Amino acid sequence: MAEMAPLPQSKPKNVRSRLLVAQLLVILIVLPYLANLIGQPALTSLATRIIILAIAAASLNLIMGYAGLASFGHAAWYGIGAYVVGILYRHSVTGDPLFGLQLGTNQLLMTLPVAIVVAGLFAAAFGALALRTSGVQFIMITLAFAQMIFFFFVALKAYGGDDGLIIRRTNVLPFLNTRDGLTFYWICLAVAVAWHAILLRIVGSRFGRVLEGIRQSERRMAAMGVRTYGYKLVACIISGMGAGLAGALMANHMRFVSPDMMHWTQSGEFMFMVILGGAGTWLGPAFGAAGLIGLESLLGAWTEHWQVILGPLLVLAILFTRGGLSGLMRMIRGGSRG
Amino acid sequence: MALLIEQSLNGIQLGFMLFLLAAGLTLIFGIMGVINLAQGSLFMVGAYGAAVVSAQTGSYVLGAITGLAAAAVVGMAMEYLVIRRLYARDHLDQVLATFGLILFFNQMTVILFGRQPLFVQIPSFLEGSVHIAGVYYPLYRLVIIGIGLLTAIGLYVLISRTRIGMLIRAGATNRDMVRALGIDIRLLYTIVFGLGAMLAGLAGIMTGPISAVQVGMGEQVLILTFVVIVIGGVGSIRGAFAGALIVGIVDTLLRAFLPSLLRHLMASGSEADALAGGISSMGVYLLMAVVLLVRPKGLLPANG
Repeated sequence: MAEMAPLPQSKPKNVRSRLLVAQLLVILIVLPYLANLIGQPALTSLATRIIILAIAAASLNLIMGYAGLASFGHAAWYGIGAYVVGILYRHSVTGDPLFGLQLGTNQLLMTLPVAIVVAGLFAAAFGALALRTSGVQFIMITLAFAQMIFFFFVALKAYGGDDGLIIRRTNVLPFLNTRDGLTFYWICLAVAVAWHAILLRIVGSRFGRVLEGIRQSERRMAAMGVRTYGYKLVACIISGMGAGLAGALMANHMRFVSPDMMHWTQSGEFMFMVILGGAGTWLGPAFGAAGLIGLESLLGAWTEHWQVILGPLLVLAILFTRGGLSGLMRMIRGGSRG
Repeated sequence: MALLIEQSLNGIQLGFMLFLLAAGLTLIFGIMGVINLAQGSLFMVGAYGAAVVSAQTGSYVLGAITGLAAAAVVGMAMEYLVIRRLYARDHLDQVLATFGLILFFNQMTVILFGRQPLFVQIPSFLEGSVHIAGVYYPLYRLVIIGIGLLTAIGLYVLISRTRIGMLIRAGATNRDMVRALGIDIRLLYTIVFGLGAMLAGLAGIMTGPISAVQVGMGEQVLILTFVVIVIGGVGSIRGAFAGALIVGIVDTLLRAFLPSLLRHLMASGSEADALAGGISSMGVYLLMAVVLLVRPKGLLPANG
């Protein structure tokens, strides 16, 4: 893996990068107006999708980019988050009890936290098992576990099985009309900003430093007396919670949940977002998500067989741009340090 | 009882099929240190090659030969163009690059052959059943078991008894030393990759008449193959063999007997079926979890 971009430490650079982030944020806030201005209102929906996927990619980045744990099962937590919304909505409509209690709800302020917690619990259970391995086995096991969860939801006929669940009405928030595309875009943006801020705090903390150390040399960390397993497990749980959050938002955005959301290709796409944007960089995965989804939409508009082009492009990206977009930028600027 | 024997044989047959794939993956991983997701695509290439040619010419043998050759050629081209540049990279890059290859191969197959699954006839000389252990068992499936067994023995002989096997083992231990002795290690790697591709292609060819030949067939079986490898132990051919048989038998028996078992226990038949379907498709993954708890490195790990 290419060298990690250093965290903002030196003062002048810190100010500059803060300015850049502020600029980016302003652009994102006014983006729906711009989209309407240039007569492409569909862009808002696309941007919502990208922002939601960026949340999931950023949380994968925590374990993959910072801790060096290549999880090929991230879509499982994403899908579980989505199903939490779908199942709670279903029960709120039918009034059927869930686990013997009246748990159904369509309040976003309820469903999001529940989705986060449930995804975190699942990530804890499966992460605890998968972390007994490392390296290539970890990749295979996370993939296999995600596939198992995929099959579970395919077989879950009570909640639609293969066909998935339709959510007729977006979850509601007090004082806001979530059914309005623009409002929902800003809600997602706010959540994404909050999540990235949390991740920045995590990465900058002692905990984040330990993760970074584990990536560089787990043996050295262990020799220093750090019990790495616990750190890795907590990182997996946080990462799973982020994916659950993204899934819950996506369920609301698409108003549909199906096992396809946790298909293994979705996990692969999350990995690509992280790698393309730059693993172990703060905003890299968000740019990776924008790049990948943007590319998919462009190619998809052009030809039905867009994957024939996307596949080789991705191969080339992996072979020749070390460190993804951020690596590419460095290469272009000529300051190749790796 | 007869059903049990028949289903066990089916399990063994699935096991041998998985072994062919797992052996190819293990060979490539053990020797070159590359994890190749596109092994499933080679499986598909073999199956399509055989299905298309045997449908055109009416000759199953010709189809099988084409399938094998196609898998080997595509595999070696893949190694030459892409995989070769991944040897020095970490596993993550290998996974992602070969994931890109899967997208390409799947969509290319759709362009060339459409989305409709192809169906392959069992060749006439392999039709019929054989009376074995008190049951009539399809000859074709027995032949698959036989070919799988022969391949396993052949691989063992190739790796432990021949000169090229010696080079392969030496290359796995110390690549630079082998090169210093004047062996063209790149060529050797290409050959090994081609061999792994042929194993995958062989599995694909034999699967054709049992199930439909369709896009995405490779990935389903690839993920099952990963389970095999994790259970058996990464990088060990013996482990792959043991893991493949265990997974094949457990998966088949669960699918065969769990529904009727649950129907006895549960009131609602359709719910029992749905639940049984869910549990039996998750069964091997649960097995993997248990193996991991007991032996994190798999049943028969490569070193020790």
